[in-house]
Amino acid sequence: MDLAEKIKTLVPGAEYVESGDGLWKIPSEKLHDFAKALKDELHFDFLRSLTGTDCGEEGFGVVYHVEATDSGRQIVFKSVTPGREKCELPTVSDIWKAAEMNEREVYDYFGVEFLNHPDMRRLYLRDDWEGYPLRKDYDMDKTREINPIRMNNEVASDDSPSYELDERGNFIRKRHVIFDNDEYVINIGPQHPATHGVLRFRVSLEGEIIKKLDVHCGYIHRGIEKMCESLTYPQTLALTDRLDYLGAQQNRHALCMCIEKGLGVEVSDRVKYIRTIMDELQRIDSHLLFFSCLCMDMGALTAFFYGFRDREKVLDIFEETCGGRLIMNYNTIGGVQADIHPNFVRRVKDFIKYMRPTLREYHEVFTGNVIAQTRLKGVGVLKREDAISFGTTGGTGRASGWACDVRKRHPYGVYDKVDFKEIVFGEGDCFARYMVRMKEIEESLNIIEQLIDNIPEGEYQLKMKPVIRIPEGTYYSAVEGSRGEFGVFIESKGDKYPYRLKFRSTGLPLVSCMDTICRGAKIADLIAIGGTLDYVVPDIDR
Amino acid sequence: MFDFSIVTSWIHGVLTSVMPVGVAVFIECILVGVCLLLAYAIIAIIMIFMERKVCAAFQCRLGPMRVGPQGTIQVFADVIKMLIKEIIVIRHSDKFLYNLAPYVVILASILAFACLPVNKGMEILDFNVGVFFLMAASSIGIVGILLAGWSSNNKYSLIGAMRSGAQMISYELSIGLSILTIVVLTDTMQFSEIVARQADGWFIFKGHIPAIIAFVIYLIAGNAEVNRGPFDLPEAESELTAGYHTEYSGMHFGLFYVAEFVNLFIIAGVAATIFLGGWMPLHISGLDGFNAVMDYIPGFVWFFAKAFFVVWLLMWIKWTFPRLRIDQILTLEWKYLVPIGLCNLLLMVICVVFGWHF
Repeated sequence: MDLAEKIKTLVPGAEYVESGDGLWKIPSEKLHDFAKALKDELHFDFLRSLTGTDCGEEGFGVVYHVEATDSGRQIVFKSVTPGREKCELPTVSDIWKAAEMNEREVYDYFGVEFLNHPDMRRLYLRDDWEGYPLRKDYDMDKTREINPIRMNNEVASDDSPSYELDERGNFIRKRHVIFDNDEYVINIGPQHPATHGVLRFRVSLEGEIIKKLDVHCGYIHRGIEKMCESLTYPQTLALTDRLDYLGAQQNRHALCMCIEKGLGVEVSDRVKYIRTIMDELQRIDSHLLFFSCLCMDMGALTAFFYGFRDREKVLDIFEETCGGRLIMNYNTIGGVQADIHPNFVRRVKDFIKYMRPTLREYHEVFTGNVIAQTRLKGVGVLKREDAISFGTTGGTGRASGWACDVRKRHPYGVYDKVDFKEIVFGEGDCFARYMVRMKEIEESLNIIEQLIDNIPEGEYQLKMKPVIRIPEGTYYSAVEGSRGEFGVFIESKGDKYPYRLKFRSTGLPLVSCMDTICRGAKIADLIAIGGTLDYVVPDIDR
Repeated sequence: MFDFSIVTSWIHGVLTSVMPVGVAVFIECILVGVCLLLAYAIIAIIMIFMERKVCAAFQCRLGPMRVGPQGTIQVFADVIKMLIKEIIVIRHSDKFLYNLAPYVVILASILAFACLPVNKGMEILDFNVGVFFLMAASSIGIVGILLAGWSSNNKYSLIGAMRSGAQMISYELSIGLSILTIVVLTDTMQFSEIVARQADGWFIFKGHIPAIIAFVIYLIAGNAEVNRGPFDLPEAESELTAGYHTEYSGMHFGLFYVAEFVNLFIIAGVAATIFLGGWMPLHISGLDGFNAVMDYIPGFVWFFAKAFFVVWLLMWIKWTFPRLRIDQILTLEWKYLVPIGLCNLLLMVICVVFGWHF
């Protein structure tokens, strides 16, 4: 049966909105049943993205991007709260675990209370924050008075609220205990060497064994999505490099692709080649840093320097062409900032020649080590169903046996023209996650090798209008970032500013599955698990 | 062969000629104590410098280069910095135990250090159960570490201290067993005697297979005993920030730091003494000319060369291997090292009974 007909029969009140990518509008009272039917009957098991938006008079909307992992079919649907005052929606976190953190984010930004959600705390902002900042009626001029810089400590509460409706439609607020008084709770982060940034875990211990883990985000929250709403499209580009700084090229690639899609612009082949090569170089850079940091976390300090020594070579290549090493600002709408440097091709080829034997050195110093193997094998197993349900894309998902590579699922750039393997392991443990990334370095080298000699001639930048306005509608594009699917969702009202710009974080699903895979592991395993999940905190907090 | 007892007996002679014997012995004790502390400090400085340079060499770096030629003054600068840093007192910590802990650790370390025979006639503590004394003295250090972890009022410190306690008590056993293996071969526990019996060949050669097994076990267990990588769990910086000494600052931290490095030297020194002949030069029976030439090299040079060789081995291990997990550490000890050590002890007994050694 056709998907549209099926949806019509499931939800008679559903209507299709065609603007932009198009989406289905589902009445809020039918949302939960509809989502359940999608998951159970049509096998839409992967929630790609969940975005809150302000729908003006109607209330607050939540846009769901869902995909079926077996057939690759996708559906986008949206549900709006009954009103601005009565902003409540049923949760879908019992259907897709990925929704758990994302719904907390929507609650944080828009104040949408998800009924039956087990943990309705704020995710990024402080608990004593007044108001919901991404609502359009949030007064930015008075924000200094409403929310001054607090000089007191934020007390981490040991319980979480949840909202339910009883049979008569009364609103009930319940409290759930996270940590008991007599539990030995230890704080890992925000300043901790193994959290790779300012992420905070509260961990309840039984001796050395982890009983429960609670993630606290938001220590590096900069409100990038809010900032984007007051910036023109070319201005928003400057912020993406600052999300996942190890996926700067890919992030910006995704945003440029999304804007180009909205404008209906097709970039030249030369640009596609350059962008693809840059993405792969960035991936190598990121995976080398992953190797280094994992080794350092595990105590192998010498291997750490090997990775950094070789990462430097990638950064040198970037520097020559882009001018930057970490924050490259290279992709632009309709092209790239500057043409590749005359030395670029030669240096990339030298790097490929250098890197292949060096990878063997890595395996000798770390992979083959008996201690490294016993520390990583069988530790922190993430099952395939969990990986899909949490939406942990990237190396983590592929290590659990889920072929989730965006480069294969929805090819962009010139990935449909190159021949490369998607590395998939089945074990789902730390060692598989580690090996996926090490093998991906080799694959990235293969991709670059196929492309580097064939960069076609052409323009590196299309001529764009001075003021860019995207036609009204919603747009979503995704790239395979260094650590998973990085998506950009734009809702445009036809202005030169985006009405809502949301980045699908690659790291948020990774930290949301921490609790599940860390239970029963030891503290030392937490470090190995965190290291192999390979999250980058500025990307989680945004 | 240079005999240091000439110097000591000359000092004794001079002192007794001008004062009663009791006073002379008292002054000598003070002199020995001062020399011991001095040697302790110098060894610590050399070790810290060596660690930084060796680690840098393994990691494709240069290490300290700016302060003094080749960075040689760097450690002195660090010591001065450490001395003038404020000692921060932690609120709600157990003040008495908190301040006591570093001194317990350093005391244990100095006591063990005093047992090492550096040269002929240059032993400070040398009596018939010297080996036992050394093991007893060095294990006092665990108490200091546990106290530090407990009194700091910090959860990281407590976990680090508990790990340390479990680990050090376990590995004490393997160290004991491997040293006992050599004691079986020598039938003495006095360090000077142990060295003297290696005049015609070091024990690692004389005891052949069981001695080599014992040596390897000793190196592993010794590494674990001083909490160094891959057994540096108590202070695993990526897990517990700094483990039991997280809350210590200034010279209190400095004492832990120094004790850690000198303990490493002590482990290496004991290995050199009981397996590699201590200050005894390399002698090969039958080659008298060669032996005579070797005798020209003074004993303390031999001792330090061997000890630093072992130190270098341990540093090599530390900077290459990743860290173990606590359950793996205990598995390694109780399921592998202890049974192997016991069997090895038996093997050595058999070798000695049947005279299958050199």
